[in-house]
Amino acid sequence: MKHLLTAAMPRDEAVALLDLAEDMHQIQDREVKKLPALRGRTVVNLFFEDSTRTRSSFEIAGKWLSADVINVSGKGSSVSKGESLRDTGLTIAAMGVDGVVVRSGSSGAPTQLADWIGRPVVNAGDGTHEHPTQALLDAFALRRRIHGGAVRGRGLDGVRIAIVGDIAHSRVARSNALLLPALGAEVTVVGPPSLLPVAAADGTRLGVRAETSLDRVIAERPDALMLLRVQLERQAGRVAPSAGEYITGWSLTDERLARLGDAHIMHPGPMNRGLELSSRAADSDASTILEQVTAGVSVRMAVLYSLLASDHPSAVDGGTR
Amino acid sequence: MTSARTVLGPDEIARALTRIAHEILEANHGPDGLVLLGIPTRGAYLAQRLADRLAEITGDDFSGRVGALDVTMHRDDLRATPTRASHPTRIPAAGIDDRVVVLVDDVLYSGRTIRAALDALADLGRPRAVRLAVLVDRGHRELPIRADSVGKNLPSARSEHVSILLDEVDGRDAVTIEGGAA
Repeated sequence: MKHLLTAAMPRDEAVALLDLAEDMHQIQDREVKKLPALRGRTVVNLFFEDSTRTRSSFEIAGKWLSADVINVSGKGSSVSKGESLRDTGLTIAAMGVDGVVVRSGSSGAPTQLADWIGRPVVNAGDGTHEHPTQALLDAFALRRRIHGGAVRGRGLDGVRIAIVGDIAHSRVARSNALLLPALGAEVTVVGPPSLLPVAAADGTRLGVRAETSLDRVIAERPDALMLLRVQLERQAGRVAPSAGEYITGWSLTDERLARLGDAHIMHPGPMNRGLELSSRAADSDASTILEQVTAGVSVRMAVLYSLLASDHPSAVDGGTR
Repeated sequence: MTSARTVLGPDEIARALTRIAHEILEANHGPDGLVLLGIPTRGAYLAQRLADRLAEITGDDFSGRVGALDVTMHRDDLRATPTRASHPTRIPAAGIDDRVVVLVDDVLYSGRTIRAALDALADLGRPRAVRLAVLVDRGHRELPIRADSVGKNLPSARSEHVSILLDEVDGRDAVTIEGGAA
């Protein structure tokens, strides 16, 4: 693996990354939260969009692996003075950094950057395109919930997951719709018709089954319900339901929670309580929301290790050596 | 294509492990405070086998005193080799503070794996003492490290390849050597 630009990857590679993240996860229980694997490596978090949890999660992941981590935000940097993405990337590369984690509002920016700078690039979310580490951490947290202690080497075979919300504009939904089926899960995307992506000839959207009624999906008793954030800052000029209409149709209300059975409740955060889900749903035992945050650090450690530890990186094969 | 020569068979491996178990007990004046940590993959199986023998010999329960210590993140050759997969670390619930930790590995060669293991241990606690038991010592040390117990000293050329096969992973027990100056 040279870059992590997309969540589209073969099952073996995804499972090996999740297993590696399991080993990284053990550091959470330790007094000394530090591994020397990336000592002497420098990672730049290049964030052109606001982000607290993803940026700090990458920062902690890098630091726990002993890398030097520098945060560069779009605001207040030369980017706001009109510098192009290419020049910013080349400047950072010229400082001798070993890897770049990039978050951008422009779909495809990380892929462009990877072509330009010749260093490992991690996509930390690009526009409405992809957010691969989010999909990996979702898979990690769900795999732990489903398989308990015996997760290694396993996927999410037969696990039925519904992703609810603004599917068309969600990079989280797209990355999950790529990754989770590769792990054997059955994914359904659910949302208002105007917020579902264009259907393919076979009726699928993002390559998976699409539904417009959350109530119908809940009646099917899914194993997990993933609620996407209603992105008020992205709604301008779009045909979207009002908050009231959204709650009526697609929010995990207390009433729907009662019909959901024991499905795991996931949310990539930050959540709007009362809009995507009720407080009772968010705080219930079924909620994996904080586990997802913890998983984020472990998964990002695995990604940074895979990309940066070796001068001759290869996919972690899960083999013995 | 050179054929592999078998140096130790299943019976010899079994006897060597029994002897190592006795040596560990002798050096420690009994089983008190002993914790066995195997280095994955094969060292972890060997540690389990040694724990079973120690339990047999002493009558003590060793199930909570054996674990695995992955050293991947502490290796000094991460940059030079293709990306290495890691393995789980399992530390007994009682921890390693003030215990006598016996590190167990299959082959002692350059000593760099053990150097990494000592670093990994230091992040997990402070043992009273650390010992080293290996099934095969093939020489060619690059660091000032030696084993306290050795199943078999196997002088070898660097060009030779020593393989440890264990029933748990390989379906049979054997130590083989192949290659070298033809």
